[in-house]
Parts: sequence; structure tokens; C-alpha cells
Amino acid sequence: MNQTISTLDAFLAHAHELEREAVERYEDLAGQMEVHNKPELAELFRKMAAIEQQHVDKVEGLAGGEPRTLAPWDYQWQDPESPESIPVGQGHYRMNPYQALSLVLACEERAEAFFANVAENADDPAVRESALQFAAEEREHAELLKVWLARYPEPKAEWWQDLDDPVSQE
Amino acid sequence: MNKAEPLVSRYSHEDYKSTVKPIWCPGCGHFGVETSLFRALAYLELPPEQVAIISGIGCSSRIPAYTQCYGFHGVHGRAPAVATGLKLARPELTVIVTSGDGDAFSIGGNHFIHACRRNVDMTLLVMDNEVYGMTKGQPSPTSPADWDSKIAPGGTGFSPFASLAVALASGANFIARGFSGDPNGVARLLVEAIQHPGFSFVQVLSPCVTYRPEERFWKKTVHPSSVESTNDPAVAGHRLLSDDGFTTGVFYVGNRPCYSATVDTSNHDLRAIEEDLAL
Repeated sequence: MNQTISTLDAFLAHAHELEREAVERYEDLAGQMEVHNKPELAELFRKMAAIEQQHVDKVEGLAGGEPRTLAPWDYQWQDPESPESIPVGQGHYRMNPYQALSLVLACEERAEAFFANVAENADDPAVRESALQFAAEEREHAELLKVWLARYPEPKAEWWQDLDDPVSQE
Repeated sequence: MNKAEPLVSRYSHEDYKSTVKPIWCPGCGHFGVETSLFRALAYLELPPEQVAIISGIGCSSRIPAYTQCYGFHGVHGRAPAVATGLKLARPELTVIVTSGDGDAFSIGGNHFIHACRRNVDMTLLVMDNEVYGMTKGQPSPTSPADWDSKIAPGGTGFSPFASLAVALASGANFIARGFSGDPNGVARLLVEAIQHPGFSFVQVLSPCVTYRPEERFWKKTVHPSSVESTNDPAVAGHRLLSDDGFTTGVFYVGNRPCYSATVDTSNHDLRAIEEDLAL
């Protein structure tokens, strides 16, 4: 689906919601990891939330305040959720840093693709310029994440298997 | 649904969230449902103190702890009864019942039917994961007949409870189904459900990633309804009974008058009640 975001106002509304939802989801995941005694991952997701919050602040700076909000279903996302959020359902209590960083990397790549698509389809030069700038930043993040990811060994194929599996009550 | 222009909302979904961290399993669909509920309330600009979230027992029923709205974590299956009393006593509140498939359709099956029949203005949100998750994976009323589990090898052999059809037959005034992996779509359904007068029932397919890991693939199974909602119960009934259980959207929008309290409570203030009860 091509994004047809025709005004800078609408673009900033989308950019703000995309970054804000990313913060929200990372904070949710950090909380989940704390509850499930995964402090390393909680710290990672908190760090990601802080990074995305800087983007929220940047968008608010460009918009001169908090941009208008649309109805949740009126944002032009390509998937059911905004592109920079780890989708509901992808968390796992056996998650390790490699999986977490892989999910984060996928978020950055989806965000880059979103902004690139907006730029490609924008008639307004201001929208195109801003979208290209945002896409470049997401690309930088993705490259940085690939470096981080390389520090961790790729887990076994069945990483999710638990030797002490939750047992159904018999 | 008829906001002419998008506005800067007075509320964000964060205004409805408490500081209590959910203890649901990571990946649980209920996280998506919670997000949807708070987005719907923010869209409707409902002050948190004007919303009451009533629940029974189960994973889904933990939501009152996770919200800044008023909440009541009630008795297993009896949340609709508590909510009915609250709505009749405090009609100005927006009353939402959060429940699961076991709580709503098994332990609370009779309350579910009669809540539909009474048509009091409230919304029942059932997070349906087709399993009793909190008690470690027993088949629920909506589990497929052939779902093989340790407690029911080969499956129970029982047909799943057709909750939407039962709701229609029992008199619910608004009936819809959503999927937790589409939080914005569910938010939209909840906005419509809350705004529609009378008893609204929204079933949300919400995967249990721990005891039904195969439900992670529901995201590939669900599909939006290809037809508009109807106010004709016969048409809605035909659609529901021939549906595969994975169609999302609004199925029925009825026009039955809501039940509201007919007893004048103005002369029955707390002091009078206490005097009557000799407290």
C-alpha cells in the first residue's frame, strides 16, 4: 500500500504517533521482562524507549508542540500496528538478547520503509524532505543495531523450548 | 465515530493506565486488548473517573488492576450482575465488563444470557483464547472439540459454545468480533460498542501463547467481514451460524430499548438506607 500523506501536518501526526507507540510498546516490553526476571532485556527495551522518546521530542519540536491526533484506525499504516512497534504477540518469556535485537531491528527497518514510501509518494516537497530525513535516521539506527546484533551468538533454532515447560494441570 | 475533524484529544491512552505492571505472559493477546480499550476510551474522551471496569476471574479479568478507571474485580462469572447493579445505580458512568471465555460462557454462562436479555446499557468485552489459561490449560467452552490436551486426550468432543449466536438469540443489542493483533481495529469496535445504547457484546480473539501456542497463527486466519452490519436479527443469525469463527467486524446493530432503573432512588440516599438497615 502506498502512503498518500499530502500535508506536513498529516505527516507529523503520523511520525509522532509512530514514535509514541514505539515508546509505549518498548516500555510495555520492559515491564514484561522485569516481571519475568529478565533484567538485561528490560534494560534494553528501556534504552530503546528512551531513544524513541528523543524522536517524539524531535517531532514535537518540528510541529511546534504536540501534533494533532487522528482516530487510531485513521493512521495509514501498512500493517495492523504502527511500523516501529514490536507487534503484539511477538514477545516471549524465553526471549534472549538476540531475539530482542532482531525484533527491534525489524521495527527500524519497517519504519525506514514507511518513511521512504511516504517520501516516494509525496507531492509536497516539505513532506518529501522530512520523510527522507526520517528514513535516513531509521536507516542509521538499523545499521547500529546490526552491529549490536553481531555481538550476540545466534541462538539455537528451538530457543523457545523450556526444559521446565509450563505444565497443564492434569 | 462522527468527529468531523481530527482533534488533539484531551486524553491519551496513558491516562487510563495504572502503574501496576501486567503479569500476563509476554506475547499474550490481552496486551493488545488492553491497548485497544484505552485507545477507545481516549478517543471517546471519557474521563477515567467516569468509567468503571468490572471483571470476574481469570487472566482477562485482571484488567481493573491495570487501569486508572474505577474497577471491581468480582466473583467468577458474575461480573455482568455487578455491572448491571452499578449501571442502574449510577447511569452516568460508562460501564465495561472485561471477561474471558471461561468466566463469561461457562462459570458465568447464565449471567451472560440474562445480561443480553436485560439489555442494560453496558459493554461486555470477552477476551477469548479458547482455554483456561490461569488454571493451566484446561479446555474451555470455546475450545475446539478436537483440541488435544493432557486433561482431555483427543479433545473433549464437545462443540464450541457459539457465543455470538447465543448473544443474538438472548437479546444483545450490538454484537461484534475483533482480533487482539489488530489493536486499532478492536479500538474502533469498542468505540462503536460503547456508543451504541443497550447491551453490547464484543468478542476479541486473543491468543494464549503459553497453553495454545498455535493461536499465534490466528493473525493469518482472521479475516474482515465482507458485508455491512445488519439490524435484522434473522440475517445476523444466518451469518453467525454459517461463520467460521474468524470473521471480524460488526455483525449486528439492534434497536431494542435499553432497560433502565424505574425505581426513583432520589429518596433513598445512604442515610435512609442505613436507617432502614438499622446500621
